Amino acid sequence: MKADNGILLTLAVNFALMSLFAIGGANAALPEMHRLAVEVMHWMTDQQFANMFAIAQVTPGPNVIIVTLIGYHVAGFSGALVTTLAMCGPTCVFAFFVGGLWERFKDARWRVVIQAGVVPVSLGLIAASGLVIARAAAQHWVAVAVTVVTFAVTYRLRINPLWIFAAAALLGLAGAI
Amino acid sequence: MSETTPAPTPTRSSPPTLIQVFIAFAVISLSGFGGVLYWSRRMMVEERKWLTAEEFNEAYALCNFLPGPNIVNFSVVFGRQIAGTLGALVALVGLLGPPFLIVTFFGVLYAYYGTIDSLQRMFAGVAAAAAGLTLSTSVKMLQPLLKDRFGTSHVMALAAFAGVGVLRWPIYWVLGLLIPLSIMLAWWARR
Repeated sequence: MKADNGILLTLAVNFALMSLFAIGGANAALPEMHRLAVEVMHWMTDQQFANMFAIAQVTPGPNVIIVTLIGYHVAGFSGALVTTLAMCGPTCVFAFFVGGLWERFKDARWRVVIQAGVVPVSLGLIAASGLVIARAAAQHWVAVAVTVVTFAVTYRLRINPLWIFAAAALLGLAGAI
Repeated sequence: MSETTPAPTPTRSSPPTLIQVFIAFAVISLSGFGGVLYWSRRMMVEERKWLTAEEFNEAYALCNFLPGPNIVNFSVVFGRQIAGTLGALVALVGLLGPPFLIVTFFGVLYAYYGTIDSLQRMFAGVAAAAAGLTLSTSVKMLQPLLKDRFGTSHVMALAAFAGVGVLRWPIYWVLGLLIPLSIMLAWWARR
């Protein structure tokens, strides 16, 4: 796919803006990524979005690299680079400057109040990301069953998720999904 | 901005060099499947002893709270403490460089072979499992909130969940409204 400047600008602006609202980690931005890529821009289908999430999960590295895949899908290598930089750049600058400041006011009342206000909202966001990705992956009743079983197993047991991913891949390959 | 350096404790070794920082974050990144918190703690606190357990917890709590990818923020905050701007950049490139190259390679493969039927079915399986893992991680994170008595925090969390997850409103409207409101309520409760 040929990358023109318009699409690169769209990627840069949207992901930079979104990153500043990703309170609680990259996964907090998943619902917004899905809304942008699938519902608003129609860059990909629900299934493709779920696939990219899956690839990012089985790739070593931070979860945020799903944005690299989205960028690559939309606008090739330059898209991957622009999207990754947009998603990480502004918040890195923010962390760089706020990091020291926040530590210095560790016991200040305003800091405690801000934290107490922001944390529940970020937890709601993380729960929303679970719902959005589960819906995108629910293409078939067997897929729903795999989601439910994985949820139950990883909730109860400390098991390396890669084993479950491998089993799910085999189940898919066998034609069950 | 000057850094207040905590008194050295027996559980901490001397500060690392830039090369060591780069290698450490590259290794953390490449060992962390499905998230890297576990590996970063193991490297920073247990193996290299660059941070004490308390220092790690504080830095991590801060990065969890800052917007953006947690571990990416962590690399910046840590790198800056070691060697300022250069340290932050080195840690960041160490963390993001290797997975960027790997996942781009996967992206190329997906673009060429993603439509093959058997691959599609495997992806469908892994995606469903990855969704289940994400759900269980979110429920685990919700537990401290669930233990509290029902109050405004629960209402705020539910509103964020409903607005973004169920109604699919843009994150900007939902957070633009809920963050100030939630901070005001937290202030009100602590008057």
